[in-house]
Amino acid sequence: MGYVAVKGGLEAIENSEKLLDFFRLKGGSSPVQVRQIQEQFRLAVDKVVGEGSLYAPYHAALALKQSEGDTIEASFILRAFSSTISRTHYSLPVKTTQMRIIRRISAAFKDIPGGQYLGPSRDYTQRLLNFELDSENKSHIKRFLHESELEYKKLSNEDIGMFPKVVDLLRKEGLVIDSKKQEFEEPFDITREAVAYPLARSGRLQAMARGETGGMLMIAYTSMRGYGDIHPTLGELRVGYVPVYINKNGEEIYAGEVLVTEAEVIARFISKDKTDKPRFTIGYGFCFGHNELKAISMAILDRTMQAEKPKVPAEDQEFVLSHIDGIESSGFCAHWKLPHYITFQSDLDRIRATRKKRGGDE
Amino acid sequence: MSKKKILSVKDLNLIHGKKPCGRCLELTGPEVESNICPVCGSIVACADISFDLNEGEILGIVGESGSGKSTIVQCLYFDVRPTGGEAYISCFEEGKVNIFSESSQKKRYMRSNLMGIVYQNPQRGLNFDFSCGGNIAEKLLMAGIYNIKKIRDRSTELLTKTEISTERIDDPPGNFSGGMQQRVQISKALANNPAILFLDEVTTGLDVSVQARVLDLIRQLQRQLGISMIIVSHDLRVIRLLAHRTIVMKNGRIVEMGLTDQILEDPQHKYSQLLVNSML
Amino acid sequence: MNDMNDVLKRKNRKYNFGFIDENSKREIRRKILKAVAIPGYQVPFGSRELPIARGWGTGGLQITLSLIGPDDILKVIDQGCDFSVNAVNLKRFIQKTTGVEITEDTLKATIIQTRHRIPEEKMGENQILVFQVPYPEVLRTVEPSEAVTREMHAEMNYSKLWVYLYEEIVKWGEITIGARYPVKVNGRYIMDPSPIPRWDVPKLHMAETLYLFGAGREKRIYAIPPYTRVEPLEFDDFKFNVESFDGKACSLCGSTDTFLDEIFNSETGQKTYICSDTSYCSKVSARKKVSHE
Repeated sequence: MGYVAVKGGLEAIENSEKLLDFFRLKGGSSPVQVRQIQEQFRLAVDKVVGEGSLYAPYHAALALKQSEGDTIEASFILRAFSSTISRTHYSLPVKTTQMRIIRRISAAFKDIPGGQYLGPSRDYTQRLLNFELDSENKSHIKRFLHESELEYKKLSNEDIGMFPKVVDLLRKEGLVIDSKKQEFEEPFDITREAVAYPLARSGRLQAMARGETGGMLMIAYTSMRGYGDIHPTLGELRVGYVPVYINKNGEEIYAGEVLVTEAEVIARFISKDKTDKPRFTIGYGFCFGHNELKAISMAILDRTMQAEKPKVPAEDQEFVLSHIDGIESSGFCAHWKLPHYITFQSDLDRIRATRKKRGGDE
Repeated sequence: MSKKKILSVKDLNLIHGKKPCGRCLELTGPEVESNICPVCGSIVACADISFDLNEGEILGIVGESGSGKSTIVQCLYFDVRPTGGEAYISCFEEGKVNIFSESSQKKRYMRSNLMGIVYQNPQRGLNFDFSCGGNIAEKLLMAGIYNIKKIRDRSTELLTKTEISTERIDDPPGNFSGGMQQRVQISKALANNPAILFLDEVTTGLDVSVQARVLDLIRQLQRQLGISMIIVSHDLRVIRLLAHRTIVMKNGRIVEMGLTDQILEDPQHKYSQLLVNSML
Repeated sequence: MNDMNDVLKRKNRKYNFGFIDENSKREIRRKILKAVAIPGYQVPFGSRELPIARGWGTGGLQITLSLIGPDDILKVIDQGCDFSVNAVNLKRFIQKTTGVEITEDTLKATIIQTRHRIPEEKMGENQILVFQVPYPEVLRTVEPSEAVTREMHAEMNYSKLWVYLYEEIVKWGEITIGARYPVKVNGRYIMDPSPIPRWDVPKLHMAETLYLFGAGREKRIYAIPPYTRVEPLEFDDFKFNVESFDGKACSLCGSTDTFLDEIFNSETGQKTYICSDTSYCSKVSARKKVSHE
């Protein structure tokens, strides 16, 4: 009876699972170590911890191995995993001024207190395929590490210092709007509460921090290209480790540190009325891992969604937030592969009836 | 003409502003030639509006743009929520309930069953994604008529009445000329034999010859159907042609109210005089 | 951090009964109660993350998991079939985390989770049918914004949907909605009955069974309590009708009163029909065999 899966569904699933392993391993190369993925596929891991919304780089690397490098699938596995862990604490708000920085730039000022810090970046590399990587071996790595050890010692040095935030300089001058009020509200938790629009800013930021990089980039790009341009300047982009504390019986306890990316865009200024002095608006982006495109896109969208009357897609909260979650969109897209025999049978019935109405054959 | 009241409006006002200071009403109006409160900057779109509409009557509201004349109609059709005042419709709850204090469900009932409106901009009154017949059907469906034949018959009848070829019943209004779109709006507004019809600058922006046809149509319909109407226009010529009684507005207030002929021949208020003189 | 990794890495970690933690289950049950109290109204809920993909029945699954107890007997169907891959997958997951008894017999099950069908056999008062829902919002076809559709429901402003049906008739001479046919529940809310065929819509009306609908991705739960009026939208002169299988019969059990799948035989290319409800089909076949003998 061919494709019609009347019986044997279980067997088919089990065989299909086996085939996955077969296709992963049939080439016979040596197994990829999870540690290798965690260290050398750093940016893929960072994408997965962000989109999977669980800061667990080891698990993310394992998920990447399991999913043969598919970051959306790996994020999904990580999220499902996180739902099995009980939530024992909520962390206290992290202070990114305490960030142990690996990279920090500002596009707004040539010189900033603390200085620009290019850090690891592909921005100024020429995108030429590097064939030398093909013959990279352990002794190369050893030699490279030995040579660079002195040079990069600074990176692991604790007293590289903490930097003031660029936006705070403008804030002191009263040039940017004060959004302090919202900061004291208990944050909305979209994983626990039912989302309704308009959604509080904390909920919007949470949804975006969990969002899928490609999806957010795409919608943010519509704004950048002109569908609701916010005239952004990248005030600051910083990547680094921030300490996380939890509150236990009134005591602040250090829980560890997480690698994050933070972006702040300074955007079009506004004023409350004709007499009020104008102030710049701010868009804020923050995500787990080193993921600059996501943090910048998030900052842009945070600002576009502050529009009072949405005119373009990027300004429409419901439009943006209901379409950026990679787990939801990929799940729904994949569901079209499920059998739809019944609904299609129903459609066949309708097209035949309609054709009959127009005369002649069905 | 009977003198039975169909609509009664009392002390209607609408103030736009985040925090009106409380003195907005005394500090604005035609005397100071402004509807912006000098203290808090609130805009008094309309205030102290009281009038009655009688059965089968056409009441005109005339005034320059920003005088608050459209605001009144928008409040009565529940497009905007007034900040104060009351209104009663004789065929709703025996005219004993202030319609502004009703639930949005009840308001929807009134809009669907007791009122019709024709806007200056057909984009507002018509859904351009629906066909012309679909637009009329919407009004009938809102009133609970779930019978395709009845809907088609009524739409055909209305289109004939408004001089639109019934062959075009299934065309989208986007394919129509401005004058035709206005006539489709009128068909839609009349679909449920509303007790009150609001006409908001319906001929503004149309060619003179098209204007004349639309006005003629309104007059005919009023004669045939005896609907009570409120017609809002900045153009005294339109008012003269249609309205039995007229309200003259300036800076959000009524400055004069009376029989249309009387106002045209012997305007009392300075502004009415200016208006009448400029027409001649 | 290493200790933490060890904790997380532990193999054979024990999952809670029904996977979801008890607090979350309780919250979902509260939302179900609200849904039952307001038939046809979509109750928003904090949809949990599951190891099953969004769009693959996570809404139905959350309802099932928060209601199921050790004594329940579960049946899961997809397209009417107990053995379709997705039904098997969900069953595997539920059984792994609850250990409940699984059945294929519609009349034996206490909870049935379904995608796209209502079983042919009439279900009773002691049973619950849980539907998987992709699009909870019946008005989505005519209005994309959630904020607007919620307002439309509140005001019972359904004219746009009615005009949509009117325009269908004008354009096609028929309402071309196949599955997911809109229904009015208890004279108040218009509801999406999930993508069941029109064939199953009459079974929603005054049923003995509690019907629960879950949309995980869209985060909505709604319900039709037993003995509730459920009417498909129709015009006086354009009545709702179900799929026609005139003159056709199941090639396996011979039934002429069931929803049939149209199949092309892979060898002959001939079109044949079989019952979409496979467990019912086997029952009928077995019965016929016995009476033959």
